Amino acid sequence: MKRLFAAVALALLAAFSALPLRAAVDVQAVTSPGGIKAWLVEEHSIPFTALEIRFRGGAALDAPGKRGAINLMMATLEEGAGALDARAFAKARDSLAASFRFRVSNDAASVSARFLTENRDQAIALLKSALMEPRFDQDAIERVRAQVLAVLRSDATDPSAVARKTFDRLAWGKHPYGSASDGTIESVSSLTRDDIVDAYGRVFARDQLYVAAVGDISAEQLGALLDKLLGDMPEKHKAQVGRAEYQLKPGVTVVDFDTPQAVALFGHKGIRRDDPDYIPAYILNEIFGSGGFESRLMQEVREKRGLTYGVSTFLLPMDHGELIMGQVRSDNSKMAEALDVIRAEWRKIAENGVSAQELEDAKTYLTGAYPLRFDGNAPIARILVGMQMIGLPIDYIRTRNDQVRAVTLADINRVAHRIFQPDKLRFVVVGHPDGVKSTDD
Amino acid sequence: MKRLFLALSLMLAASLPARAARTTTFTLDNGLQIVVLEDHRAPVVVHMVWYRVGAADEPPGKSGIAHFLEHLMFKGTDTLGPGELSKIVTRNGGSDNAFTSWDYTAYFQRVAADRLELMMRMEADRMRNLRMTRDDVETERQVVLEERAQRTDSQPSVLFREQRRAAQYLNSPYGIPVVGWRREVERLSREDAYAFYQRFYAPNNAVLVVAGDVDPDHVLALARKYYGPLAPTPGLTARHRPQEPPQLAERRLTFRDPRIAQPFIVRSYLAPERDSGDQRAAARLTMLAELLGGDGATSVLGQKLVFGSRKALFVNAGYDGVSLDDTTFSLVIVPTPGTSMQEAEEALDKAVAEFIDEGVDPDQLARVKMQLRATRIYDEDDVESLARDYGTALTSGLTEKDVQAWPALLQQITADEVIAAAKEVFDRHKAVTGWAMPAAMEDGQ
Repeated sequence: MKRLFAAVALALLAAFSALPLRAAVDVQAVTSPGGIKAWLVEEHSIPFTALEIRFRGGAALDAPGKRGAINLMMATLEEGAGALDARAFAKARDSLAASFRFRVSNDAASVSARFLTENRDQAIALLKSALMEPRFDQDAIERVRAQVLAVLRSDATDPSAVARKTFDRLAWGKHPYGSASDGTIESVSSLTRDDIVDAYGRVFARDQLYVAAVGDISAEQLGALLDKLLGDMPEKHKAQVGRAEYQLKPGVTVVDFDTPQAVALFGHKGIRRDDPDYIPAYILNEIFGSGGFESRLMQEVREKRGLTYGVSTFLLPMDHGELIMGQVRSDNSKMAEALDVIRAEWRKIAENGVSAQELEDAKTYLTGAYPLRFDGNAPIARILVGMQMIGLPIDYIRTRNDQVRAVTLADINRVAHRIFQPDKLRFVVVGHPDGVKSTDD
Repeated sequence: MKRLFLALSLMLAASLPARAARTTTFTLDNGLQIVVLEDHRAPVVVHMVWYRVGAADEPPGKSGIAHFLEHLMFKGTDTLGPGELSKIVTRNGGSDNAFTSWDYTAYFQRVAADRLELMMRMEADRMRNLRMTRDDVETERQVVLEERAQRTDSQPSVLFREQRRAAQYLNSPYGIPVVGWRREVERLSREDAYAFYQRFYAPNNAVLVVAGDVDPDHVLALARKYYGPLAPTPGLTARHRPQEPPQLAERRLTFRDPRIAQPFIVRSYLAPERDSGDQRAAARLTMLAELLGGDGATSVLGQKLVFGSRKALFVNAGYDGVSLDDTTFSLVIVPTPGTSMQEAEEALDKAVAEFIDEGVDPDQLARVKMQLRATRIYDEDDVESLARDYGTALTSGLTEKDVQAWPALLQQITADEVIAAAKEVFDRHKAVTGWAMPAAMEDGQ
C-alpha cells in the first residue's frame, strides 16, 4: 500500500459526516408507538436492513476498581441468551444468516445488526434475547476472559498500544479516559460474574439511546421492530460519567522499548464537538495532518524527507474531554528529526495560519468528498447515529457543505492561533530514539 | 473476539464468493481488458487499473521492485508533476491509492461519477509515460524502508509469516515477501524500476475495472479515447513462473521473538488454486475451510477445541483459491494458558482426524450454504469489493465466467466431496508447521 490510513481518523470522519443530496431528501425521523426515536433511510433495492443502535456512556461507566468489566460484558452478550447456550445461539444466528456486533468505546456501547428481509422477525427476536436476557454463564465468561487477557498480554509488547496507554494516563490520570477500556490483566482477572451483571445494568437504558436503520424496511415496520426489541429496557441509566480533568504538561516522555522503529504520539488539549469553531478546526486539521498526501505533515515528513511511511493528526472530541493528537513512526535514528519537523510545522501553522489557496483546496476536497461517504446501508446507518449522538439536526445534511464554504481565511487563521499551541505539545515516544530524552516524570 | 484474533483471521482470509451484479466486459484492440459493474444507488465511481504483474514476477535479486515501482508511479509523467495526480484527485473530492501482491499490482481512484474521464486521462497517461527524478527515487526508497519497518519488522506475526512462506515455497517466487528483503530493497535502482515498468505496464497486460454509477457504453467510449492509443508491449508471453516441486518432507520451524506475548501455531499445506474452467477442487477446499474454521462457536475446530477440550483460545482454517500458482490451506491454533505447544498441535491434528472420521454434519453444511447465499445479498451493498473480486480474479488466471460460476459451484459441493478434499490436502509431508513463541518460553510448556 502506498499509504496507511489511521483507523482513528476514519472513526472521526463518521462524526463529522453528512449526507449527499440524494440521501438527504430520504432521511426520515421515526418515532415508534412506544416513543423510541430513530432516523431511517428506506432503500428497498437489496432485501436486507442495517440497524445501528448506540447507548451513550460506554466503558467509561465502569465501576471504580472494575476497569474492563463493561468490555468483557459486551463481548459475552452473544455467548448465550435465554434458552440458548453460546453454541446454540451461534447456530441460530448462522441459520438466519444474520450478524450482530457488540462493541464498546469509552463514550458509547454499540449494537450493529444486519439481517435479511425474509427472516427479519426471527433475527430481531434472537437479537432481543441477547440484549434483554443474556445468560452470562460462568464458562462463557471464563472463555471470553481468557481471550481478553490474551489481547492484554499482546498489548503489553505492542509499541503502539504502549504509547497510547502512556499518553492517555498522562492526559487524563484517574478518570476512565486515563486507562484502557479493556482493563488491565489484574482488573480483568479479578472480575466476578456479579461484576459483569452490574456492568450490564450500567450500560443499557432507553434515556440515552440513538438508533438508525437503512435498508429494506418501512417507517411503520421499524417502529414496531424497535418497540419489540427495546421496549422492555429500563428507562433511565443508573450511573453517569464525570468530566475528565486535562492533565497534560508540555514535554517529552520516552518509554524504553526494543523495536527497530519508534512510535510517537503527540498532542495537547483540543476542541469540543459543539464549539462554534469546530468546523474551521476540522478544515485546519485536514490541511495540516489529515494523512492524505497533500497534508503539510505528509509533505514535510514523508514526501520531502522520507522519514516515515505515515504521519497524521486528528481531532478527538470525546464526551468528557478533548484532544488534538497525532501519530508518527520512524526509524530510531530518524525520530528526532521527524519530531523537530512536526514541532516546527505546529509553530508555523499557529503563527502564520494557512494560505487562501490551501483553504480553497481543502474546501473543494471536503465538499466534493462529502457525497462519496454514503455508499452502503451499514456506513450510512453508522453516520446517522453519529450525527444524532453529537446533536446535529436532521437538516444539517443540507447545510453542512455551506458551513464549510462559509469559513473565511480570517476565521481559519484565528482558529489556527487558538487550536495549535506549540508550547503545550506533549510527546510520548516508544522505542530507543537517538537524541530524544524524557523531560520529566 | 477481538483484535489479536482479527489479525490472525485476516492472514487466512478465505476467498470471497462473487455476486450477481450487472456486469459488462470489453477488450480493446491493444489488448486492454475492461470490466464494468453498475450500481446506480449513489453518484460514485471506482476506477481501477490492475496489472498482471506482481512480486512473483520479479527478476532474481530484485525483490520488492514491483512494490517500489507502485510507489514511484505517483512521481509524475511528461504532463503531470510529482504527486500531481493525487493532488488532482483530492481537489476533486476523491481518494486514490494502490496495492501490490504476488500476482498483481493495482491502482484506484474513488470519485464522483462525473469525474471519471479525468481519472482515465491521468491513469492512461502513467501507463506508458512515467517520469521520475533520481532524488524522488532516493527519497521514496527511504519511505519504502520505513514501510517495511512499520508493517513487517515491527510486527512479529508478519515476520513469522515471512519465514513460513520462505519455508513453504522452495522454488516458487511466492516465498519472497512482496515488500522485498531489506538488503535487496536498499539496492533497487531507478533503472531497475524503469525496466520493470516498460515491460509490464502495458494495455495488453492490464485489466480496467470501472464500478459504480456509470453507463457501460460511455465507459467503453472513454476507454477507447484514452487507453486505446497506447501501444502494447510486443512479445509479452504468458506468465510461466518457477513452479513448486513435489514436497516430500515435512518442514517445521520455531520462531522466537520477545514481542510475541501469546504463542500460536500455524500449519499450512500446499493446495491447488482455482483454475479457469476447473474450479471444483478449489470449491471443495473453500467449503472445507468454512466448515472447519468459519465461525468460532459453530465451526468444527471451534466446537472441538475452544468449547470441547478447551485447548484453544482461538482456532481458524483458511484457504484462498484466487492465485496464479499453487496456494495453501492453513490451520491456526492459539493455545489456552497451561496448554503446551505440543499438546495444542496434537489436539489440532486429532480434531482434524476426527472430522474426517465423523463426516460432515448436514445441518452445518446447510447453515454454511445459507450464509454464502446471504453473502451475495449483503455484498451487493458494496460494489467496490465486487470490483476488487473481479480485478483479483482476472489477474490470477481466471475469467469473468469463472467469477460468475463460483457461487453456484459452492452450493453444489457435497459432504462426501468435502471429506475427500480433506483426506487429500491434510498430508503432513506437504506441510509447514510453525510455532511462534516468546523468546524465553520452553517448548514443552
